Amino acid sequence: MTPSSSIAAPGATPAPEEHHDHHPSYLVDGTTIKSWLLTVDHKRIGLMFLFWVLLFFLVGGIFALLIRVELLTPGPTIMDAMTYNRTFTLHGLVMIFLFMIPAIPAVFGNFLLPLMLGAKDVAFPRLNLLSLYIYLGGAFIALWGMLNGGLDTGWTFYTPYSAHTTTTVAPVLFGAFIIGFSSIVTGINFIVTCHTMRAPGITWFKMPLFVWAIYATSCIQVLATPVIGLLLCLVTVENLFGFGMFDPARGGDPVLFQHLFWFYSHPAVYIMVLPAFGVMSEVVATYSRKNIFGYRAVAYSSLGIAFVGFFAWGHHMFVSGQSTFTGGLFGVLTMLVGVFTAIKVFNWVGTVYKGAVDFRTPFAYFCGFLFFTVFGGMTGIALGTVSLDVAWHDTYFVVAHFHFIMVGATIMAFLAALHYWFPKMFGRTYHEGWGLVSAALIILGFNATFIPQFLLGNNGMPRRYYEYPERFQALNVASTAGASLLAFGFIIIAMYLTYALVYGKASGKNPWRSKGYEWVSESPPPTHNFVGPQPVFPEEPHFYVDPKKAEVPDAV
Amino acid sequence: MQSSSHAAEGALPVPRLAGHFASLEVQNHAARLGMWLFLATEILLFAGLFICYGVYRFLFPEAWAAASRSLDLTMGTVNTVVLITSSLTAALAVHYAKEGKNKMVAVQIALTLLMAVGFLVIKYFEYHHKFEIGTLPGRFYSYEGIQLPGVPMYFTVYFCSTALHGLHVVIGMVVLAFSMVRALTKADFGPNNYTMVELGSMYWHLVDLVWIFLFPMLYLV
Ligand code: HEM
Ligand SMILES: [Cu+2]
Repeated sequence: MTPSSSIAAPGATPAPEEHHDHHPSYLVDGTTIKSWLLTVDHKRIGLMFLFWVLLFFLVGGIFALLIRVELLTPGPTIMDAMTYNRTFTLHGLVMIFLFMIPAIPAVFGNFLLPLMLGAKDVAFPRLNLLSLYIYLGGAFIALWGMLNGGLDTGWTFYTPYSAHTTTTVAPVLFGAFIIGFSSIVTGINFIVTCHTMRAPGITWFKMPLFVWAIYATSCIQVLATPVIGLLLCLVTVENLFGFGMFDPARGGDPVLFQHLFWFYSHPAVYIMVLPAFGVMSEVVATYSRKNIFGYRAVAYSSLGIAFVGFFAWGHHMFVSGQSTFTGGLFGVLTMLVGVFTAIKVFNWVGTVYKGAVDFRTPFAYFCGFLFFTVFGGMTGIALGTVSLDVAWHDTYFVVAHFHFIMVGATIMAFLAALHYWFPKMFGRTYHEGWGLVSAALIILGFNATFIPQFLLGNNGMPRRYYEYPERFQALNVASTAGASLLAFGFIIIAMYLTYALVYGKASGKNPWRSKGYEWVSESPPPTHNFVGPQPVFPEEPHFYVDPKKAEVPDAV
Repeated sequence: MQSSSHAAEGALPVPRLAGHFASLEVQNHAARLGMWLFLATEILLFAGLFICYGVYRFLFPEAWAAASRSLDLTMGTVNTVVLITSSLTAALAVHYAKEGKNKMVAVQIALTLLMAVGFLVIKYFEYHHKFEIGTLPGRFYSYEGIQLPGVPMYFTVYFCSTALHGLHVVIGMVVLAFSMVRALTKADFGPNNYTMVELGSMYWHLVDLVWIFLFPMLYLV
């Protein structure tokens, strides 16, 4: 398909042709449907994840727009109250469990981890394929439930309501439980890969920062997911058979549910953003043409976030009747997370400082990302202050906070990754101009959607309501307008990337002149990643010469 | 003997070095590490139930004490002994696998499975009794014997945790049976190739370990 697969490497690491002469890229090595569906190649599995993740993103996005249209007017607009509840539940579930959690690890982690470690594949390739099918199985069970009856509890499934509602709780929870398995399997696979598959010479502190981020994420996945798995099972039997574990009418304790739920779901937000941080560390080094500032600090702070993330869950329960002392304690622990995040932010900024910045599409997303992370993180600190949270809890302020940091940062990173590694994955380039235009649209649209929501929440508009008083309308209209802009940006991206997939120019091996390990192999890589003997990586990752002397990459 | 690198032709004997690993050692190390991580997730799964247990025990101390005395301690003790013994035979299976004595591997696993069945049979009688007197969880609860708030919650926790454990017993049996069939039909376990038996037996030790926590929690204290 792509001629570039046979283009010779322009220099650097030699790839002696001692084996066979022809090494097709992974894209064309086997073209039958079966060769894709039963592949154990991590790169193909990554691409299949990409396909599904994008599809679910589309589904979640359509439901987001429906929500925004409904909120255009104070009264009923296009649906009834019950449909509204089901719509935002479906939106939240699809976005969180089917898009955000797997997006970066399952797509880019799968594709890049072995390449960045100089390995031929992940440690357990067949388990890897299995995790894709587990994910799809869970996804379809959950979606089936949501379309046949729907679920109206919101993505948090709070008891005792979820134990009593007559909507279809069981299949959806069961689906989510199965998806959790996929997450665990992927996590175990990545951890073992980092431990056993590093090429000779790649020590722990020579691993690229993206690998560090995925490693930390996998640790959270493995440690937190089983707990929510159990919880989902308990709520399911509670709903089906009235077990009463969390139902006060039977002596159960609903707040216990919240503790267990947030014990997973707070770390889960880092499952979503840590990989994003990892992507950005790669992007910022490449386009500033500088070694990352404070490599070890960035690596350790990922582990630090993963660790303290487990002790902050109580900040979701400031108004659940926990003692003032507990509230204060969780508030302080919450702010610790902010400290670790700040370390990263300073290091990224330090990397750009005096760099030879090459302002490309991924770098544009980096700028958006920095803004969303800082702004979202600061509102997080504010929310971690008990006295303030009592006012903001369950208002649109919280919605805006978590969309800013979680969705904003993750989407920026996802799009940056998609553009940055597009040539690696497909051996082709996209149109830079369109890339920058759509990045601007998306960043603008995002701000226009969620800044009004901060104001709405601060003025007292509660989340999950279907009607609102007149005085909130202007800001709601602004938010909906922003959402349309955002959708428009995504449509443009879909168009030029699809075009590039088919008609894009061959990119060559390393179009960004990046020092990342993954660019050592061909673009797109051959089936076993490297031709010839095991590659060696003598330099640190992100090792750039003095930026003043650095070559400026060719325009693409 | 069977350390031919790159994919060999023929059927699917296990110890083959998969093409993406550097050596057989690394491959076994990876398998073991993966299994340890998986077992950690299993323990965390049960940890959720242990937390529920702890919280409700704290909320209803008398009910917890009274209800736990209503369990059949003899059956529980016998089951504990049975399960610990089965862990021993599972470990022996690994020992023989390392020595390449495939017959003995099969025998030891068969003994393990026999004891597992014994465990389940005893559990069946315990459950049956509970069904009769009506100490079922949640809305099926109809027991009048102990009138204290929190007693139904005790039985809910009891059923959730023993049922989840029972499910693990069954899964463990399937895993071990798989190795047994392998030992009998292929007889290919030996010094370089015992990972499959080892992992199965690790899983079985986990099942045992969880019970060792559940037994004192539910029956003794
Ligand atoms: C780094 C990435 C972060 C992500 C992805 C994230 C995500 C979220 C999400 C999804 C929620 C809402 C959950 C819900 O009720 O549906 C939330 C709430 C909250 N976040 Fe964050 N957050 C992040 C960082 C922070 C930081 C750094 C802090 C504090 C320093 C913080 C403090 C809070 C607090 C206190 C709440 C509870 C608000 C309430 O429900 O009243 N978050 N966050
Ligand atoms: Cu949180």
